[in-house]
Amino acid sequence: MSIETTKKFNIDTVENAAKTPDTELPWAELGLKQNEFDEILKVLGRRPTGAELAMYSVMWSEHCSYKSSKNHLRQFGEKVTPEMKKDMLVGIGENAGVTNLGDGWAVTFKIESHNSPSFVEPYQGAATGIGGIVRDIISMGARPVAVMDPLRFGAIDHPDTARVMHGAVAGIGGYGNSLGLPNIGGEMVFDSVYQGNPLVNALAVGVMRHEDIRLANASGKGNKVVLFGARTGGDGIGGASVLASESFDDTKPSKRPAVQVGDPFAEKVLIECCLELFKGSLVEGIQDLGAAGISCATSELASNGDGGMQVELTSVLLRDPTLTPGEILMSESQERMMAVVTPENVAAFEAVMDKWAVEYAWLGEVTDTGRLIITWEGEVIVDVDPRTVAHDGPVYDRPFARPEWQDAVQADTFTGSVQDAGRPSAPSELAAAVTELVASPNMCSKSWITNQYDRYVGGNTSMAFPDDAGVVRVDEETGLGVALATDANGRYTYLDPYHGAQLALAEAYRNVATSGAVPMAVSDCLNFGSPEDPDVMWQLAEAIRGLSDACKVLGVPVTGGNVSLYNQTGTTPIHPSPVVAVLGKLDDVARRTPSGWREDGQAIYLLGTTAAELDGSEWANMRGHLGGQPPKVDLDAERALGEILINASRDGMIDSAHDLSEGGLAAALVESSLRYGVGARIALQDVLDRDGVDLFTALFSESQGRAVVGVPRSEEVRFTDMCTARGFTHTRIGVVDAASGTLDINGVESLSLDALREAHEGTLPKYFG
Amino acid sequence: MTELPLIGEAVAVAAEPRLAGARIGVVTFPGTLDDRDAARAVRLAGGTAVELWHADTELGDVDAVVIPGGFSYGDYLRAGAIARFAPLMSKIIDAANSEAKLPVLGICNGFQILTESHLLPGSMIKNDHLKFMCRDQVLRVENSNTAWTLDYQAGQEITVPLKNQDGQYIADEKTLDALEAEGRVVFRYVGFNPNGSRRDIAGISNAAGNVVGLMPHPEHAVEAGFGPESLDGIGGSDTDGLGFFTSVLTKIVGGDK
Repeated sequence: MSIETTKKFNIDTVENAAKTPDTELPWAELGLKQNEFDEILKVLGRRPTGAELAMYSVMWSEHCSYKSSKNHLRQFGEKVTPEMKKDMLVGIGENAGVTNLGDGWAVTFKIESHNSPSFVEPYQGAATGIGGIVRDIISMGARPVAVMDPLRFGAIDHPDTARVMHGAVAGIGGYGNSLGLPNIGGEMVFDSVYQGNPLVNALAVGVMRHEDIRLANASGKGNKVVLFGARTGGDGIGGASVLASESFDDTKPSKRPAVQVGDPFAEKVLIECCLELFKGSLVEGIQDLGAAGISCATSELASNGDGGMQVELTSVLLRDPTLTPGEILMSESQERMMAVVTPENVAAFEAVMDKWAVEYAWLGEVTDTGRLIITWEGEVIVDVDPRTVAHDGPVYDRPFARPEWQDAVQADTFTGSVQDAGRPSAPSELAAAVTELVASPNMCSKSWITNQYDRYVGGNTSMAFPDDAGVVRVDEETGLGVALATDANGRYTYLDPYHGAQLALAEAYRNVATSGAVPMAVSDCLNFGSPEDPDVMWQLAEAIRGLSDACKVLGVPVTGGNVSLYNQTGTTPIHPSPVVAVLGKLDDVARRTPSGWREDGQAIYLLGTTAAELDGSEWANMRGHLGGQPPKVDLDAERALGEILINASRDGMIDSAHDLSEGGLAAALVESSLRYGVGARIALQDVLDRDGVDLFTALFSESQGRAVVGVPRSEEVRFTDMCTARGFTHTRIGVVDAASGTLDINGVESLSLDALREAHEGTLPKYFG
Repeated sequence: MTELPLIGEAVAVAAEPRLAGARIGVVTFPGTLDDRDAARAVRLAGGTAVELWHADTELGDVDAVVIPGGFSYGDYLRAGAIARFAPLMSKIIDAANSEAKLPVLGICNGFQILTESHLLPGSMIKNDHLKFMCRDQVLRVENSNTAWTLDYQAGQEITVPLKNQDGQYIADEKTLDALEAEGRVVFRYVGFNPNGSRRDIAGISNAAGNVVGLMPHPEHAVEAGFGPESLDGIGGSDTDGLGFFTSVLTKIVGGDK
C-alpha cells in the first residue's frame, strides 16, 4: 500500500530544495512571518523542503516556542532561592517538573490549556486536553494519579454556553473516567468575556519513585527510535493542509477535523504499557506526542540528547495512507509516544507491546552527527540541526504599555456606583442577598459537573470537590499524600494584572494550606489575549512579574506550565486569566481538613481581618459592576495563615477549615454548613467593631488572608494560644448547631439549610438539565 | 500473577491465617480501571488477591473471582460484549456453573460482562438521564444468603459509591418476576434510582447464589477516610462495602472465621 501511495507524492527532497531555490513556499499560510522565514533560510543555507517548512512552522508557533512570553517567563527561573530549589528534582523545561515528596517518592504535575479546540469541538477538545496532559505526566516516568479541570465559559444564559458546557464536561468525563484517574477538583466560572473563547485547562498529577524519573532525551549512538500507541492519522493537522500541493491525489478524504479525536481506551492501555516499560527499565528516553506531533518529538528528543537522529518516515504506521510527509510530521493524532530503546532491550520492549496489543514501529536510530535526518524511502527530506527546530526559535520582545483605560477602570469603584444602589441592610434583605449569592452562576454548587466525573477510582481519593483542595494518597503504608488546588480570578487580574496574578497564587496556596497540606510547588496556565496588542502584552508581563515575585515570597517555585495566547474574539481579549495550581504535601492524608463542620457545639473562628473590599467581587459582578482595585495582597499574612492551618491540622486542633475567597464570608459560612448539612449560629459583632465594617461588608467583602475554622471545645485554648503567639487575628464568631437545620447569623434572617441547598444546587440543573 | 502494581506498598494486614489462605482472583482486561481497588478490598478483608489476566487460558488456583469495573476493550461496541469472549471468561463461566460453584462477583463493567456471558439474566443500557453519574448511593441488601452477602443482614441499608454511564438494568417482565420470586434481587436502590433500572434493581444473583453482579462499587467503600462518608458526608459508615469481601472469605473457609 505504501509504495502505491507514495508514488502519488511529489517528494521535495533536500537535494531538490538545493537545486530549486526559487520555488514558492506557503510559509505565510503556515503562520510564519517574513523575518522567521528569512531566519530559516539562514539557518539552513538553502530553502527548506516542504517537510522542513512544516516542522519549523509548527515548532516556531507561539504554542510550541513561547516566542512572545519567553523573555518574561525567565523570571520564574531567576527569582528562585536555593531554599525553593531544595525539593525540585526536575525544573521547568521538561514535560513536567518533579518535586521531592520524601521517603523516596517524587511527584510531578502540570496544567495546560486546550482552549480553542474546546470551542470548535467541545467534547473532543476537552477530552484530548486530558489525554495530552496525562501523557506529559507519563513521559516523566510517573503513574498518573488524578486530574483536575479549571473551566471558564461564557454567560450562563447565552445559548452557546450550553453547547460548550455539555460538550466539554462530557468530554472530560468520557475521557478521564475511562482512564481510571479520579477527577478531584477544578473551577467553573461563567463570564461573557469567555463567550467566544472558553478556557478549558487540564491538570494532571503523577507519582513515582525517585529512580523512575525519565527525561525526554535521545542518547547513545545506535539506540533505536520507536513510535508506539495509536496510528498517525489526518486529525489535528491544522495548517499543514496548505501543503496539500505536495499531493497529486485528489481522492483523499477532504474534510478532516482540525481538532484531534481522542480514544481513551488507547490512552489507558498506553499508560499501563509505559508503566511496564519503566518498571523493566526498557526505555532510555521517552516523549509524548502532543502539539506538533512527530516534528516535536524527534527534534526535542534529538536536541536534548546526543544531538542526532535518523528516521525513516514511511515506517510510521498510518490510519490514512494518503498522508503526505508534511502532514505526517505535523499530525497531532492522540495517544502516541516516542521512545529510545537500546538494541539489547528491543525484544523485551516488543514483548510489552505485544502483551498490551499496542502497535509500534521502529523508525530509526540515535546518531552522533548533530543532525536530525528524516528520509522518505531513503531520500532525505529533512536535514536540520534539531536545536534550531526545538529550541532556537524566534524570541520576541513585544512592545507593551499600561493601557490608557486602566486608570479609569481602577477609579470606578463599586461603593457609591449606580450598581451599588439599594445595598441590602435589613435582615430580610441580607438573607435574600446570601441566598442570591450562593445560587449565582459562579458561586452555585458545581456538583452537576463533578457528579459526571469519577472521583473514587484508585481508592486513594481522600478529598475532592467541594472541599478546598483535592487530596490523594500516594503511599498506602504511611499515608503520605498530595493536595492540589487551582485558582484564578480574571476580574481581579483585569483590574490589576500584577496583583491579580498574585491573588490567584495566594488563593490556591491558601486552599492547599486549608486542607492541611504544606504548599510545595506551582504550575501555571497563563491564558491571555493577543501578545501583539500592547495592552494585553502589558497584562501578561505584569502578571508574570507579579506571580514570580509572589512565588518567591511564599517560597514555592514554578515547576512548569503553559502559556495560551490569542484568546480573544475579534479584537476583544478575554480577561487576563492566569490559572495557578499549587501542590502541597501531607505526611498523612488522614490528617486532612475538610471544609465543613459536623460536631455539635464546636466553636467557629474567623481568622484574619476584613476590610471594605468589594471591587471585583462576586457581589459587584452579580450587580454588573467591574471596576476599582482588587483586594489587597498580603503574602506574609497568607504565609502566617497557612502555617496556622497546617499546624492546626497536624496537631488535631481543628475539624474543619474553609478559605474565604470569592463570595467572602457569606459563601464560606453557607458552604461549610451545606458540606455535611450541619447548621451554625453566628454573631459578627466583634468583627464589625474591630474591623470597622458593616454587616453587609463583613459578609460580602473579599478581603484575602482569611479562613473559617471549626475548633473542638477541647482544643480551643490550644488553638487560640497558637494564633495569639503568632500574632494572627482570630475571632470566635459562633458555634456549630447540629439540631437547628439552619444557618443563623445575627442581623440576618434565619436561613434554612434546605432552602440554601435548593438554591445552591438548583442553578446548573436549571440551565443545563 | 506477579505482585500488584499498586501505588505504594501493599497494605500489611495482620490477617487471620485461614483467611489469608483464601485466594481471590481479580481479573484485568485492557481498559479495566478498578482492579487495584478490588485487590485492595480483598486484602483489607484479610484474603489474598491474585492477579488474573484476560488472555490467560487457565484460571489457576483461586477460590473466588472478582470482575472489576472499567471499560473493557474500551466498551465501544456494547459494555462487556467483547470481554465476554476473552479466553479467561470461558474458564470463569465453566467454573461458576460447575459443581464447585466458584463464587464470582461482577462490579459495574463486571456486572455487564456477567450478563453478556449469560451467567446473569438481563442487561444494562444507558442511564435514563444519559449522563455519567458518580454519587454515593444507598442500597438495601435484599438477600443475605449469597456467597457475597453472608455478612449482611437482609434488609440492611448500606452506602457505596455508584459511577457509571450504562447502568440502567433491564429485563423482560417475566425475568424480573422470576428474579423477585426466587429472591435473586440481591440489592435495590433506596431513596433515589440513579439510572432508571427496572424495579430499582442494583444487583442480582444466579439461582445458586454464587454469582452476583451489581452496578455500584463496594470496593470503593472498604477503608475509613476513602469511602463515601469522607467525600459526601451523607452519613453512615464509609466501609459498608467491606462485607462483600469478608462474606466470600467466610464462605471459602467454611463459614467459621
